[in-house]
Amino acid sequence: MAAALDILGGLLLVAGTTFLLLGGLGLVRMPDVYNRIQAGTKATTLGTLLTLAGAACLHPDWAIKLLLIGLFLLFTNPLSSQVLAHAAHRMHVATTPATEVDLLDEETGEEA
Amino acid sequence: MDVMPIGRMRSAGASFVLLMLFWVMLNGSLASDVLIVGAVASAAIALIYRDGLSIFTEARWTPAAIAATFGYIGYFLKELVKSNLHIAAVVLDPALPVHPGIVKVHTRLKSRMGRLLLANSITLTPGTLTVAIEDEWLYVHWVTMEAADQEEATRQIVAGFESYLEVMYG
Repeated sequence: MAAALDILGGLLLVAGTTFLLLGGLGLVRMPDVYNRIQAGTKATTLGTLLTLAGAACLHPDWAIKLLLIGLFLLFTNPLSSQVLAHAAHRMHVATTPATEVDLLDEETGEEA
Repeated sequence: MDVMPIGRMRSAGASFVLLMLFWVMLNGSLASDVLIVGAVASAAIALIYRDGLSIFTEARWTPAAIAATFGYIGYFLKELVKSNLHIAAVVLDPALPVHPGIVKVHTRLKSRMGRLLLANSITLTPGTLTVAIEDEWLYVHWVTMEAADQEEATRQIVAGFESYLEVMYG
């Protein structure tokens, strides 16, 4: 039983760190600040949750605290991303030329 | 001192219970000194932030709403995994197939907490990031934009979460 939990925990840790790696790669590859925020938000959320789940399998007595960390992350992560994106938009940080429409720009009459 | 309205008092009470629960879980102990410190701190925070939002603010307590909460959590986790795989595929693709746009979508939700949860859920799911909210309009950045049309975008981004949140918060 303990061995099975160890293996499951290890697998979850590997999966979690893989998503974190992809998030880092996304930060480098994405063309503008908004897309980078997206890569940073998504991949790190699942990556961190999987890493926490893996840690919970390896140390079952930490499980409750790790669960609380996970919940905290789910509530704060989107909020900080949204505030960063909004701040960038208000600062007129340019979008990539690949951007097809920016309805927020048109509505508020702000020139990017 | 003014008497607090019932709704606000109930909201402060709910915050107190939630904070106390977190405190006990983080401490992992029910010793009386731990409980007393936690109760004082929780009561102070609940009273100071009694006008703030908590996940109980404006929540409905009907059986349908509680069932919808579980449905929402399940749907959310499914979308979260899909979202991550989607972004991972975009990042790993040598051609980097992004065609982003900021679209405007509409929500039927009226409550502040419902809208907050909707905006957060959108941010955590497939390639979409809420940039701004103005009343019932949300401006959403979309990595692989599939529809600039407002109705189509609303259907693809908002509808899934909204059907649950509508029952939970209205």
